[in-house]
Amino acid sequence: MQLEYFLVIAAALFCIGIYGLITSRNAVRVLMSIELMLNAVNLNLMGFSNYLDPSAIKGQVFTVFVITVAAAEAAVGLAIVLAIYRNRETIDMEQFNLLKW
Amino acid sequence: MNLAEGVQIVSFGILAVMMLAAALGVVLLSNIVHSAFLLAGVFLSISGLYILLNGDFVAAAQILIYVGAVNVLILFAIMLVNKQENFSEIPGSKFRKIATAVVCIGLFVLLGTMILVTPWALDSTSPAVIENTIIALGEHFFSDYLLPFELASVLLLMAMVGAIILARRDLIPEIADTTDTVSTRLTLPERPRELTSIGNVEEIN
Repeated sequence: MQLEYFLVIAAALFCIGIYGLITSRNAVRVLMSIELMLNAVNLNLMGFSNYLDPSAIKGQVFTVFVITVAAAEAAVGLAIVLAIYRNRETIDMEQFNLLKW
Repeated sequence: MNLAEGVQIVSFGILAVMMLAAALGVVLLSNIVHSAFLLAGVFLSISGLYILLNGDFVAAAQILIYVGAVNVLILFAIMLVNKQENFSEIPGSKFRKIATAVVCIGLFVLLGTMILVTPWALDSTSPAVIENTIIALGEHFFSDYLLPFELASVLLLMAMVGAIILARRDLIPEIADTTDTVSTRLTLPERPRELTSIGNVEEIN
């Protein structure tokens, strides 16, 4: 088992997340793609923690912080999606053009 | 991790294939409920990878927080905004998808090359020097990462209050001007619900 395996699949997961983030029309699916990207970052941190710093596992500390922030982000993001859905009656990302010029 | 090398590689392969297939399903499937359940598969696979990386506490936290909280939250959001709408076709969406796919594959190739070329400063210490990761994590949290740990609790409180404020229904400002405050004291000043949309009201009554 090598560090590179974990880093490569984390990179693949991150790229899948970016693809979903850009191409999704559904706002909930955009949030799911963001969760995928955050998990890819966590996988990187855990890999570095195990292979580069196994005596003081600081990568796992950062992983716990990222999980915390991701949970907060999911709650606030889904609340924003609900508020927009109540106002605009749609969850199509192409019609959320309030802040576009 | 006391598993043999072969067992580790085989389980890594199974978990990696599961995770990437489920992630592709999350992004590409058209039904969003299927996507939400596949997202749980991604989280569970990543939790297995954490166990392979000797992070037992983080693996348990991953299952508890992501599968137990975030995924359930996403499912509730899907149920609340469950509107089968056919998105209107916009011009150039095909080209946009192809261009995004090309950019993402290019980014993956770039990252892969970087990962394989970089000489990582591997530490040859056995991961078994820490016999209990929970104790080590707790020592980190309450000594050198005390300030971020406390800030995380404040962040969670702020996120909770903010989510409640955002997800509440609209306030009606003129209800504060009405004189019969006695009867409405215990009700939240919200827009009244349309009972006709709920259905089966007569059966309940």
